[in-house]
Amino acid sequence: MEPSSLNFIFFNAFLANNFVLALFLGLCPFLGVSGKLDTAFPMGVATMFVMLISSVCAFFINQVLVAYGIEYLRLISYIAVIASAVQLVEMILKKFSPGLFRSLGIFLPLITTNCAILGLALFQTFKEYNFLQSMVYALGAGAGFTLAILLIAGLRERLDLASLPSITQGAALSLMIGGLLSLSFMGFAGLGS
Amino acid sequence: MLDDKITSHTFWEGVWENNPVFVMLLGMCPVLAVTNSTINALAMGLATLFVLLSSSLLVSLIRNWIPKQTRIAVFIIIIATFVTVVDYVIQAISLDLYNALGAFIQLIVANCMILGRAEAYASKVPPAKALINALGMGLGFTIALLCLGSVREILGSGTLLGFDLFGENYQQWIVMILPPGGFFVLGGWLLLFEWLRERKEQQEATSE
Amino acid sequence: MTDTQTTGQPLEKPSSLRMIVSLTLVSVLSGMAVVMVYLYTRPIIDENKRLAIEAAVLTVIPDSAGFVPFELEDNTLRPATDSPGKGQLFYAGYDQQGQLIGLAAPANAQGYADKVYIIYGYRFDCECITGVKVIKHAETPGLGDKVITDKDFVANFDALDARVAADGSALRNRIVTVKHGTKSNPWEVDAISGATITSRAIGRALDIGAGLLLPQVMKFRQQLEDHQP
Repeated sequence: MEPSSLNFIFFNAFLANNFVLALFLGLCPFLGVSGKLDTAFPMGVATMFVMLISSVCAFFINQVLVAYGIEYLRLISYIAVIASAVQLVEMILKKFSPGLFRSLGIFLPLITTNCAILGLALFQTFKEYNFLQSMVYALGAGAGFTLAILLIAGLRERLDLASLPSITQGAALSLMIGGLLSLSFMGFAGLGS
Repeated sequence: MLDDKITSHTFWEGVWENNPVFVMLLGMCPVLAVTNSTINALAMGLATLFVLLSSSLLVSLIRNWIPKQTRIAVFIIIIATFVTVVDYVIQAISLDLYNALGAFIQLIVANCMILGRAEAYASKVPPAKALINALGMGLGFTIALLCLGSVREILGSGTLLGFDLFGENYQQWIVMILPPGGFFVLGGWLLLFEWLRERKEQQEATSE
Repeated sequence: MTDTQTTGQPLEKPSSLRMIVSLTLVSVLSGMAVVMVYLYTRPIIDENKRLAIEAAVLTVIPDSAGFVPFELEDNTLRPATDSPGKGQLFYAGYDQQGQLIGLAAPANAQGYADKVYIIYGYRFDCECITGVKVIKHAETPGLGDKVITDKDFVANFDALDARVAADGSALRNRIVTVKHGTKSNPWEVDAISGATITSRAIGRALDIGAGLLLPQVMKFRQQLEDHQP
């Protein structure tokens, strides 16, 4: 597969270079929220949604920055615009779709400070993706995040029933599971090459 | 709840009792992503320490002038500014180091520890106290990165700071410098601390 | 919304003007700070980058005494300027007497984890690729990064055949990466077992990069030879 093809970009971000398990982006919610399957899924969907928004924002900001030759303001403008865009979406959602807001909206402020969002914006810029490629990249990264968070939530729900030494309760156990998942995801590396 | 007095706790809190990595589990992305060698861990730790120190100082200095509603936005802009500065300074010091750390220098912005400190601490105390606390937190963060970086480099490459430790015949435990190794080593450290804590509690319980 | 919860103080409502002014002020000041640092560090960074390129060029064409950057765009050759265009950049190497001996050019291809960026050296006398240096990669440490250290693999590029076809449209033989131990032609790259994908990436980078650049460079060889460093 060509590295610039949309399929490659999607599966690369989804599996081989999974944001959580290979690039360690978005670990805070991964460790914090991922205890239960029913919260993990909406969290993942909300993240994917925010990723799409920030991907669009980042793409257009970068066009402007490059046009004026002021790339050194990239970081500041990315973070400011993405944070405001997410806040705007949150307000719109609250006003026009309270149901959706209740299920997804509560995660939005948490997600904005998630490094996966900024990481996505920066990586798509470094990789010089065009608009369509950026969108597909964001979709793949969001889907990969959802997959990782679902997997670990499922495993942790099962482990709640197991009898474990008291010192393994909490983050240490999540990290060990994360390590095993990361190991298995390494099998996807080189996909398509 | 937060008084202006500076105590030894102001400093040591971040190094040990509330260590940002081992206790509060903050700033996990750089902790795991760049600790595959000691030198990368050290550089990342120092860069984060610098951003934390300067943003804490500035936030504390202007804490009374910023309207409450816009403070988060202001903090983020301040942090992003210092991160951009660090980004260019590292490029000027060493391109190799810059390439090794990659986008993770810019991702210091999203390190929840820094925004957390600005919001929960620096914006409420005078500059001197904010600075000392930030120094403790930053050192605690750097020490934690070094704990991971050195273990991963020794196991994964058989070297420490680039010096060969075990000679030619050492079979490198490569998985330790790969992503899974980051999870395993941090999990291992957490288990160790938890075990120590539990043992101490048991000793206290039996001695009473 | 969380203000009252975290601080425990009632919210006083500052005027929108004050909020806008404070935000604008902070943004302008931080923008200025960034610009100052940028202006101060840019010459140092540019110098670092130039030194890195110089070192890389000298490793792939070791006996060159000096080199000149050129840019090839839309069938025209011109000395590269500080603001590179969209063309293909390469460095023509000259010896002590000012004779054109070879060139070095960057190339890249998708590897195992991410793109592998290389710079390769080409010599006019043997019409072959004489050196490859990996500039940037994200390959698996201990496996993929063997392409830098593995002596047998590096030996592929002692003299890798890259003759241009008689009609000048492409390489006579496309550069291909073959399974470890099966190299039988001088234009084949012998892969490292256990790092096949990264080996293949380097082969592909050379095939695409040299395959596009070299036939074009041949048309301008006289112009390059006349150019004094």
